[in-house]
Amino acid sequence: MISILGTTLVLGGLLAAAFGAVVGIEGGLRHRPNALKIVLGAVTVFLVCMLGANLTMVYALVTHDFSVHYVSQVGSRATPLVYTVVSLWSALEGSILFWGAILAVYVFAFSRAHRNHPPTNPLLALGTMLAVGVFFSFLIAGPANPFGRVTPVPPDGPGPNPLLQNHVLMVIHPPMLYLGYVGMVVPFGIAVAALLRGQLGDAWMAVLRRWTLIPWMFLSVGIVLGSWWAYAVLGWGGYWAWDPVENASFLPWLTATAFLHSAMVQERRHTLKLWTVSLSLGCFLLTILGTFMTRSGVFNSVHSFTQSEIGPTFLVFLGVVLLVSIILIAVRGPLLVPEGNLGSVASRETAILLNNLLFAALTFTVLLGTVFPLVREAFSGVRISVGAPYFNRMAVPLGVAILFLMGVGPSLPWGRASPETLRRQFLVPAAIGVGVVLVCLVAGLRGGLTLLTFGLGGFAGTVTLREMALPVRVRMREQGEPLPQALWRSATRARRRFGGYMVHLGVVLVFVAIAASQSYVVHTTATLKTGERFQLGPYTVQLTGLRNGVDPHRRWTAAEVQVTDGRGRQHLLAPRMNFYERSTDPIGSPAIRSAAFEDFYLTLLAFDQGTPSASFNAWIFPMVSWIWWSLPLFVLGALFAAWPERRRARADAPEPVSVPGKAQSPGAAA
Amino acid sequence: MTSSTRNRLFALGALLVAGAGLAFVAFGNIGQNLVFYWTPGEMLAQGSKAYGPTIRLGGIVQPGSLHWDAAHTHLTFRVADSDKAGAPSVVVQSLETPPQMFRERIGVVVEGTFDKSQTFTSSRLMVNHSNEYRPPKPGDGPDKWKATVSAPTAEAR
Repeated sequence: MISILGTTLVLGGLLAAAFGAVVGIEGGLRHRPNALKIVLGAVTVFLVCMLGANLTMVYALVTHDFSVHYVSQVGSRATPLVYTVVSLWSALEGSILFWGAILAVYVFAFSRAHRNHPPTNPLLALGTMLAVGVFFSFLIAGPANPFGRVTPVPPDGPGPNPLLQNHVLMVIHPPMLYLGYVGMVVPFGIAVAALLRGQLGDAWMAVLRRWTLIPWMFLSVGIVLGSWWAYAVLGWGGYWAWDPVENASFLPWLTATAFLHSAMVQERRHTLKLWTVSLSLGCFLLTILGTFMTRSGVFNSVHSFTQSEIGPTFLVFLGVVLLVSIILIAVRGPLLVPEGNLGSVASRETAILLNNLLFAALTFTVLLGTVFPLVREAFSGVRISVGAPYFNRMAVPLGVAILFLMGVGPSLPWGRASPETLRRQFLVPAAIGVGVVLVCLVAGLRGGLTLLTFGLGGFAGTVTLREMALPVRVRMREQGEPLPQALWRSATRARRRFGGYMVHLGVVLVFVAIAASQSYVVHTTATLKTGERFQLGPYTVQLTGLRNGVDPHRRWTAAEVQVTDGRGRQHLLAPRMNFYERSTDPIGSPAIRSAAFEDFYLTLLAFDQGTPSASFNAWIFPMVSWIWWSLPLFVLGALFAAWPERRRARADAPEPVSVPGKAQSPGAAA
Repeated sequence: MTSSTRNRLFALGALLVAGAGLAFVAFGNIGQNLVFYWTPGEMLAQGSKAYGPTIRLGGIVQPGSLHWDAAHTHLTFRVADSDKAGAPSVVVQSLETPPQMFRERIGVVVEGTFDKSQTFTSSRLMVNHSNEYRPPKPGDGPDKWKATVSAPTAEAR
């Protein structure tokens, strides 16, 4: 019953998407405004079908209907309710089904937000997005169908992957990443529409920018939460391993970030149009590549659930999207003529151009390291991987250069900067950067690149804070406003600027935290009998005993230790090992004592009940938690920048004029 | 040729040079940082080529080969292609405390380097498990563990 209902809904979604895609693209190419109503209807049907299919699956999971293939794979009567619902995205088929629902929500939101826009562009964009929807509903209906019937019906299932029910972050991290990944479909549709029409006016550019910012925000949150999860749950003593799966999420983030910057040049100078649009297409291609890598089983990790059959299908889709993108850029790209020039060398647009080149270089090197083993294995059959040192050696210099530009760009005016301006703008921040390095040296910190990162962090941070504070000071002085009012007004009058700088502050935090936690990490392993102790840095660790416990879905053994820190304060930590019912391997839970400037991180490696004794891995990570603390800055900054500025003004915005060279008022939309 | 065309050509040339330089550096770096996936048999077949690069050696812990030193700090064992007698095997010295699951006959992946003394020095010891969460069966050949372990943090993720 459930199986039939679910499959029917998915097929309904497939039909609606196919119908809407054809009508949308055809109507857009032939300028048929009436088609929009039909496409909007198709979008609504698609949404209802996809949400319905997901709710059906959730119902099957919650009622433990093991006759449904997917439930028999991931369901278990012992799993707590939250994790039962969450197991919707804890394995391959379910995650693709969930993917479809998010896609439908995005397309629906886009169609509602822009139904008053002149219809040609929305028609083309919606048609493209629905075409992507056709592919995903086809996947769900065919190669990755979660609704298959199982006979005979098993009495119970294995439950979701134990790693995924070990921490509450699992409830938030995947949806965030999906929202980021799937969201890139929207800018893809918008960019394809611009290319199909052969024009990109300011109004449509504003739409493209905002719809990139939203998935960008979710992607940022997803990546940071993912590294936090790796750190707090997996217990291998790190947060980023240049694992193909991590790279898969990082790549579209890089291109989207590059896009957000080049979009500013495009808005100010009406140039770099083709490049900007290409970045949008690239984002989507990279998300599809990432999905292929994580979902097809070519890489093995917690994210690649089983050796699945969807790999070839995905590869074909990737090839089609790549081909369509290249053809569109080659054939329609020359129509997107630049209407202006870049400014002089010492200008903000040059800084942004450099930033884009660096981001492109970073994307290239990470992509190369990620796909190199795949290509090599495909051609020579040799199994290799690219070690983390490659990524570090390539990405760290590029990252440091980006950090430097983050201080330079905002200091430079658009157009041309006089030597005098340069001196005035750079003197104080540069002095603060040098000061930071000197203070670190005096404090006994060493390491050239690390100190350079700290110094540049001080430089870029100062510039960012100054750029945020300047308009506030001007308001306070000239309008006599009190501080809070001046702050609020100057921030809301230039939302994108202010939001962007908030994000910049977050990025500075991340840079500094990564540099500190990677360079000054201390690590040891030790085996203790009860009462024995070991020393790591200022910390003394003493084993007080082993304790066993039982939860409904797992048993665990914890090593209870007393940790004395440098100031003589005592903390009780209990790193554990969890044994899930149907899993043969124990899953560790690290214990972390987190302070403002360093984390003490302890994992239980092995234990012996007889002696009793326990073996530990212990680390000191300086400043690592600053990485997670950057999250609010990312979210608030992005929300601030994406928030609709003047709703009414936007709705009444004039139709994008098809004559290239005629600039529209950029203030109408943010 | 107008000056703007010349500028554009110049910029394009500079970009090409920069791109080529980047690709050159990147490929060189990749070449130096490859991690090879080998079974003991495959590794031994490489001869002296196996001395030096980072290797991820996968196989089965040979029964009866587990040995701790007196202070219980250093562990040596043999990793073999399979649990059949006479299968190619290599002595592994582990600098790391093995995880709870570690025992004879279990599938393992050790990461480290091999040298002339024919000892594999491992800085990382991972116990194999498949996605279905079961240890490899005694009959599973190396193809099986290859399929189940590959990511650098495969033990954990």
